Amino acid sequence: MDREQLALLKELMALEFTALELHLYLDTHPNDQRALMENNSACQAAQAARERYESCYGPLTFCAQSGFPWQWISDPWPWEICYE
Amino acid sequence: MWFYEKKLQYPAKVGRANLQMAKFLITQYGGPDGELAASMRYLTQRYTMPVPQAKGLLTDIGTEELAHLEIIATLVYKLMDGASVDEIKRAGLGAYYADHDKALYLVNGEGVPWTAAYIQSKGDPIADLHEDMAAEEKARATYEWLINLSDDPDLNDTLRFLRQREVVHFQRFGEALQIVQNYLDCKKVY
Ligand SMILES: [Fe+2]
Repeated sequence: MDREQLALLKELMALEFTALELHLYLDTHPNDQRALMENNSACQAAQAARERYESCYGPLTFCAQSGFPWQWISDPWPWEICYE
Repeated sequence: MWFYEKKLQYPAKVGRANLQMAKFLITQYGGPDGELAASMRYLTQRYTMPVPQAKGLLTDIGTEELAHLEIIATLVYKLMDGASVDEIKRAGLGAYYADHDKALYLVNGEGVPWTAAYIQSKGDPIADLHEDMAAEEKARATYEWLINLSDDPDLNDTLRFLRQREVVHFQRFGEALQIVQNYLDCKKVY
């Protein structure tokens, strides 16, 4: 995996992680309006990064569109990537 | 239902192949305080939670634990990568190799297979959430002991991330317990 692709993947990981943290927090603090707004913008940022990644490098998620031939199965799978 | 996302939650790195660490680490795959046990515990208990906060939290943390299971598998896979049969024998993994080669299998560090007896689902939300909090602390302690056993800074970076997640989960379960307790108290009064 080249540097550019790995950088975008790591950026997406970080953005989704932020969204997850807020998501868990909101499960037990559903009335926290500020956290809710942060959650919504974190999700928006993660979605934008995910779409950017998928349009360049193929699907990461079940419902992403694929180029020909079927890109979902293309290597590397997550456990095969060198994250250095 | 669930969909797979073709990425790890955290960039799981190892500095070098290390069979001894693979043998220790696999307990977080199929051991008593490992990630499969965590995920199955929460995803099984969620059905009988009385409040939406607890149903949501058990669903979400149960799902995150599956992402951790994948990180552990990735680490073990990388730690065993390229090992020769001789090295496997010397690391005390000969018996594992006989049954599984270098494939991932749900066992603890001593080869004991995963069992549902590691988890409970009591139908009593107070009992279940206390179990969940204890489980998070036990997982946190396991990561501490694993970090003590490892001298690989890359591996330790990922193990520290996982340890930190257990701390956050413990906190959230504590909050859910409080919410459930308040809910049950109100029900008694009215
Ligand atoms: Fe956890």
